[in-house]
Amino acid sequence: MHNNEFKYQRKDLPSSISKIGMTLLVVGIVLGVAAFFVDHTRAVYNYLIAFTFMISIGVGALFLISLEYIVGADWSVPIRRVVEFFAAIIPLLALLVIPLLLNVGELFHWSHADAVAEDKFLTGKAPYLNVTFFIIRVFVLIGLWSLFYFFFIRNSKKQDTTKDQKLTTINIRLSAIFIPVFAITLTIAAVDWLMSIEPHWFSTIIGVYFFAGTVIAALAAVTLATVLLKENGYLHPAMTNDHLYSLGALLFAFVNFWGYIAFSQYMLIWYADLPEETFWFMQKWEGSWAIFSIGLIIIKFLVPYIVLVSQPAKMDPKKLKFISVWLLFAHLYDLFWFVMPEMEELSGGYSFSWIDLVFPIAAVGLIILVFNMKAKKDNLIPIGDPKLQRGLDFHL
Amino acid sequence: MTDKKIFGVTALFNEPNAIISAARKVADAGFTKWDVNSPYPIHGIDKAMKMKPSKLGIVTLIFGLSGAVLALILMYWTMSVDYPMIIGGKPYFSLPAFIPVTFEVTVIMATLSTVVAMFAFFFGLPRNSHALHDTDYMKKVSRDHYGIVIEAIDPKFDEMATLQLLKDLKPITTEIIYHPEKENYPIFEPRFIALLVGVAVVVSIGTYLMLNKLVYIVPFDWMEKQAKVIPQSGSEFFADGRGMRLPVKGTVAKGFIPYPFEGETNPKEVLSNPYFPTKENLELGQRKYLTYCSPCHGNYGDGDSRLAGQFPNPPTLHSDRGRNFSDGMIYHIITVGQNVMPSYASQVTRDERWAIVNYIRALQRAKNATDADLKLVKAE
Ligand code: HEC
Repeated sequence: MHNNEFKYQRKDLPSSISKIGMTLLVVGIVLGVAAFFVDHTRAVYNYLIAFTFMISIGVGALFLISLEYIVGADWSVPIRRVVEFFAAIIPLLALLVIPLLLNVGELFHWSHADAVAEDKFLTGKAPYLNVTFFIIRVFVLIGLWSLFYFFFIRNSKKQDTTKDQKLTTINIRLSAIFIPVFAITLTIAAVDWLMSIEPHWFSTIIGVYFFAGTVIAALAAVTLATVLLKENGYLHPAMTNDHLYSLGALLFAFVNFWGYIAFSQYMLIWYADLPEETFWFMQKWEGSWAIFSIGLIIIKFLVPYIVLVSQPAKMDPKKLKFISVWLLFAHLYDLFWFVMPEMEELSGGYSFSWIDLVFPIAAVGLIILVFNMKAKKDNLIPIGDPKLQRGLDFHL
Repeated sequence: MTDKKIFGVTALFNEPNAIISAARKVADAGFTKWDVNSPYPIHGIDKAMKMKPSKLGIVTLIFGLSGAVLALILMYWTMSVDYPMIIGGKPYFSLPAFIPVTFEVTVIMATLSTVVAMFAFFFGLPRNSHALHDTDYMKKVSRDHYGIVIEAIDPKFDEMATLQLLKDLKPITTEIIYHPEKENYPIFEPRFIALLVGVAVVVSIGTYLMLNKLVYIVPFDWMEKQAKVIPQSGSEFFADGRGMRLPVKGTVAKGFIPYPFEGETNPKEVLSNPYFPTKENLELGQRKYLTYCSPCHGNYGDGDSRLAGQFPNPPTLHSDRGRNFSDGMIYHIITVGQNVMPSYASQVTRDERWAIVNYIRALQRAKNATDADLKLVKAE
């Protein structure tokens, strides 16, 4: 059963990967810059969507890493590097956020002093929703995430050569600290970046809502990369489809979780029927946005639910590839549905513009590039991890 | 020895990997009635035994879906059709409000049906005896060994050949298992029945105590015990001990004028009829008369009661006395009653009473029609 003979040989990903990543990024950036000149406001909104999407991938991946440590999972050890490479986008967030900070006025109604002075609600929220504190929060969040990312990865990498078990213990302790930090910071991120676009609206479940989508996106990215790498022989040959089953099952679980949370948010607001809350959903029912709203249920819940519900589907590489691409799109769609109706021009209904397409292209390109860069430097398998063999022996 | 019936042959192994490769060989030999026993689930054994995926999931699916459908039909029927009620200003059929219940019923139907189907059909319970039950084999495989049993009912079974096949797998021991000569644990054994009854009694009493005593220790009671009046019950707050207050003397309900001649048998004065005998008014009067008065007074006021002697027959309304009553007097009789005839004030509203009076007038005129009246009828 044990094939200890296997000697890990690091090999670079095919050069086409970096070409694809580079092309997407360059095309995305060129079009993105053009977009800023064509329709500034719309470009800023779309940039925000791409930015929150990258938060989801990076911070979601960091969460998955800490989850493995804190629950003592074995099965995910052979693919932990895949997760780590996705988390590598985190330090970049500090740069990526700058275009948004330059356009705070365009995005956030509460950032205008005169608007706040006229509005009793905004005046009340001003101690939290003010530009200075907002910027401080942004960098504290990104700083915290980067810090944890740095420590997790450093320990994990060191283990490749030292094979020191203590490093696993340290990372377990780190996870215990990170999980609550993650819960609070992700909630703040959701409140700041998503909810405060409409500063009059409030939903106490928003943090969990964003969390559910975040984990779906990170898991989908990890699943897609794992299946592709495994099919092309970059991962340990002892890995079986049973490993994929765990990914499929987690995806399925979080699709259900998202559906549960999204519906809870909707139902509570619908039931109480208070105008100060319902108006937000009414906006998303305005004109063609209604189609988007119904589409959200189908795209982010019904389709993945039906595709993933049977047991064989959860370990079928083909279906997993399809559904992880689908879910990555679904998360973008969710953010789009969340953010775009708040744009003044689009408040009556959606009208198409090419600007809506360009920023995700750049984001995907960047994620691929960062992944590829990390894969050049580091081993794709955590060969020093004491739990690796147990992880490989994992069977259903 | 030889006249005993064979149940099957068994082989014991020491190691999970050994049992997996043994199972693979037995499956390859084409047996169908056989099984692997182990103290804990072994990963990969299903595949080694070439087992088809379980059909249990289909039961779950069917019952889960029917749970969803039944729950929706139930709520649709009760809340939207049979007893429609507006709750929170929502439409009678409001899907979002029904989703949680649908979800719960789906889950409960799916899980309960799965458990029941598993026990009843897949495990073949209830069953309280089995050839393997008291064997050494069973004791070992539930502790630290791994075993294969091939049953005699398998079409490929042949005592010697099958035993040899198992021996070739290099187990630590093999054994032939016989059916017990007599049933060891018959279902109707008094001890077994007593045990069942005992369990039922203990569980019932335990549940009763749990629910009624233990669970009823409320952690906080400030919602249950509020300073408030509970409708239809007393209250110590007021001196008279009543929860609901009596209206102030002389209070008049909305739309209600107290009858001024209440309780008088022979009023000096009566009210005068405010209604003309229009077609609508007479029709209303007819309807109310037939409902409230005709059981005793008969359909035409002749006093031919339908109650067949169970209540004193009233006099005819076509007597001179009856015809000489003023409208107000008939109104008075309906309102306060007369001798054995009870008051109809609570059943018949003020306006309906006047309509009845007009209708009685029409009946009386019809019974004593003049020639002029007949001409009028013919003219129509
Ligand atoms: C439960 C049977 C019953 C019903 C129903 C009933 N009555 Fe009477 N009614 C009587 C009886 C019995 C008398 C005779 C009372 C008496 O002894 O003075 C009577 C008497 C009368 C008299 C007086 C007759 C007379 O010559 O003294 C009138 C008028 C009258 N009823 C009208 C009505 C009207 C109008 C209704 C319908 C709202 C009605 N009753 C319903 C039983 C009934």
